[in-house]
Amino acid sequence: MFYREAGDFKTSYAADQQTFPIAFDRYRYWAVLAIAIGVVPFFINDYWANAVLLPFLIYAIAAIGLNILTGYCGQVSLGTGGFMAVGAYASYKLMTAFPDLNFVLVVLLSGGVTAAVGMIFGLPSLRIKGFYLAVATLAAQFFLVWLFNKVPWFYNYSASGQINAPERTIFGHAVTGAAASPTAKYLFCLFFVILLAVVARNLTRGRIGRSWMSIRDMDIAAEIIGVNPLRTKLSAFAISSFFVGVAGALFFSVYLGAVEVTEAFGIQKSFLVLFMIIIGGLGSIFGSFAGAAFMVLLPVLLKNVMVGSLGWPTDIAAHFEFIIVGALIMFFLIVEPHGLAQLWRILKEKLRLWPFPH
Amino acid sequence: MPEQLLFATEVILNGLMAGVLYALVALGFVLIFKASGVFNYAQGVMALFAAMTLVGIQTGQVPFAHLINTILGTEIHHFGWHVPALLSILLTLGVMILFAILVERVLLKHLVNQEPIILFMATIGLAYFMEGFGDLMWGSDIKKLDVGLPQGISETIDTTTYEWFGYGFFIDRLDIAATIVAVILVISLTLFSQYTKTGRALRAVADDHQAALSVGISLRRIWVIVWSIAGFVALVAGIMWGAKSGVQFSLSLIALKALPVLMLGGFTSIPGAIVGGLIIGVGEKLFEFAIGPMVGGATENWFAYVLALIFLVFRPQGLFGEKIIERV
Repeated sequence: MFYREAGDFKTSYAADQQTFPIAFDRYRYWAVLAIAIGVVPFFINDYWANAVLLPFLIYAIAAIGLNILTGYCGQVSLGTGGFMAVGAYASYKLMTAFPDLNFVLVVLLSGGVTAAVGMIFGLPSLRIKGFYLAVATLAAQFFLVWLFNKVPWFYNYSASGQINAPERTIFGHAVTGAAASPTAKYLFCLFFVILLAVVARNLTRGRIGRSWMSIRDMDIAAEIIGVNPLRTKLSAFAISSFFVGVAGALFFSVYLGAVEVTEAFGIQKSFLVLFMIIIGGLGSIFGSFAGAAFMVLLPVLLKNVMVGSLGWPTDIAAHFEFIIVGALIMFFLIVEPHGLAQLWRILKEKLRLWPFPH
Repeated sequence: MPEQLLFATEVILNGLMAGVLYALVALGFVLIFKASGVFNYAQGVMALFAAMTLVGIQTGQVPFAHLINTILGTEIHHFGWHVPALLSILLTLGVMILFAILVERVLLKHLVNQEPIILFMATIGLAYFMEGFGDLMWGSDIKKLDVGLPQGISETIDTTTYEWFGYGFFIDRLDIAATIVAVILVISLTLFSQYTKTGRALRAVADDHQAALSVGISLRRIWVIVWSIAGFVALVAGIMWGAKSGVQFSLSLIALKALPVLMLGGFTSIPGAIVGGLIIGVGEKLFEFAIGPMVGGATENWFAYVLALIFLVFRPQGLFGEKIIERV
C-alpha cells in the first residue's frame, strides 16, 4: 500500500542508484536519523548511555567491520578482540604522544594503524581457508593481547598495566575522561557510526564490495574471471580492521575510559562480535545493527528481570544469562540461519504486497 | 651431560606429557569433525561438564542445589553418600551419552545441510549453554577431582635419573598415567574403527555422507555414537586435566589449546592430533624455557598459534590432513 516502488519515478541516474530505492525506506531512514540526533540527546542519562546506547553504537561499528570481512568477503575471523585492542592502544599512544592532535583524527588514525596490523595478519588468508583460517586468526587474538600485556611501552610503563584515556574535547565539549557528559559521548559515537555505516554501505554495493562477494561465493571462479585475490582479501582485511580499530578506540577512550587488555579485549569479545553478525545476519549492514542491539540489550534485559524483578542472587542470574544466550543463539541458528536481517527482508516482501494476498 | 642440556631434556619430557593431554582434547574434535563435519567448539566445555558431573556424582552433590535453595528457601547441598570412583565414571558416561542424544535431537537434526560456519556457531552457542548449565547444576566453585590416579613427583624416575646423570628429572606421575591412558584410548579407538561394524559405518560416514546414506547407514544414529565417543574422550580429558589443576572454569579453555594442535595435525587425522599435540607440547615448553625469559614470559598463550600459523602457510591442510582439492 505505502511500501512499494510504484509511483516513485526516478528522473536521474543518481536517483536510480540511491541506497534506498523505496520512498518509505528513505523516509524511515531520515526519521531514524532525526530521532537519533535530534531527540535522543535530550533524554539521555548516564545509565542509558553507559548500559545501552554507547555499547550499542560502538559494537555496531565493530560488527559492521567484521561483517565486511566475514559476511561480505567470507573470511571467518576470531581476532576481533585483538584488533579492537590495537585500536585502543593506538589511540592511547597517539593521545599521550601528541596531546594537541584533534581527537577525531586520533580515532581515524587508530583505525589506520589497525588496518595495517590487520593486513599483516590477513596475509595467511591467501594460503589458508575456512576453519584453518578461523583458527589462524586466533593467533592474532592471543599474540596481540599478550603483546599489549607484556611490552611496557604500550601502556607507557604505568604501574598497574592499565591505560587511562586523558581528557579530550571537541568544540569545547569533553568527550573523553571523567568530565565528559553522556550527551557528548553519545553524539561523538553517533557521528562515527553514521559516517562509517554510510561508507560501508556504499563500499559493499560498489566495485570493491562485489569483488569481495565474488571471493566469498567461490574464490577460484572469482580468480578466473579476473578478480585479484591478493588485493581483494587484503582490502577486506584492511577495511574491516579499520572499522574494528575505530570501534576499539571509541570503546577504550569514550566508553570505558580505563582498560586492562585481557579483560576488555579477550577472546570473549571476538565471540561476542561474531555472535552479533551471525544473529543479525551475515552480509548485511542492517544486520550488524540489529545483532549489536540484540546482544547489548539481551544481558541488560535479563539482568533487570532476574536480579531486579525476581530478586535472584547475581551468580545464579549470571549462569542463567549464559544458558539463555547460548540457547537463543542455537534457537536463532535453527529457525533463521540468515539472521534478523533475513526476517526484516521477509517482512519487507510481505509489506510490498500488503494488504493484498498476492 | 652439561646442565643446560639436562634441563632442556626435562623440559622436552614434560612437554611431551603436556602434549599428550592436548592431544586428548584434540582427539574429540577430530572424531566429531570427521564424522559430521561439525567443528565442535564445545569440546572443551564438554570436558569441563564431564569432570563437574563426575565430581558431583562422586561426592553426592545435589544438582541445582543453589537454585533450589534460592527458590524454595531450603538448605540442601549433599545427599550424604559417596559413590565409588568407577561407578561414578560409568554414571558420568551415561550422562554424556544422554547429552549426545539430546544434542542430536535438539540441535544437529535441524541443522543438516547448513553451512559449516553456521554449525560452528551453533556449537559455540552450545558451549555457552553448557557452561551456564554446568555451573548452575553443580556450582561454580573450584572442585577437587580424585578418582585414585597417582599424583606427585615420580620417585623412581627421579632416583634413576639421579644415578645416571647426577640430576633427578621432575616428572609428575599423573602425566605418566595420562600418557598410558591416552595410548590405550587411541589404540582402542583405532581397533574399534577398523574391526567393528559400527566402526566401519563411522568411517563410511566420514568418507562420504551421501554414499553412506545410500547404503543404508543411519546418519542420525552415527552422530549419536560419535558424540557419545567424543563425550567419552571429553570425560577422559576432563579427568586428567581436572586431577591436574582442579575442576574449574579454566578447564574449558583447553579447547583453545587444542585448536592449534588441530591445525598442525589436520582436522581429519587421528594420528595428526597425536603428533600435533606432541609437537605443540614440546614446542611451547621449549620456547618458554629458551626465549620466554627474554620477552617477559607467558608465551604459552600464543606460541602454539603462531607456530601453527607459520606451519600452515607452507602446508595449508596440516601435517596429515587430506589434500584439499578445489574445483569450480
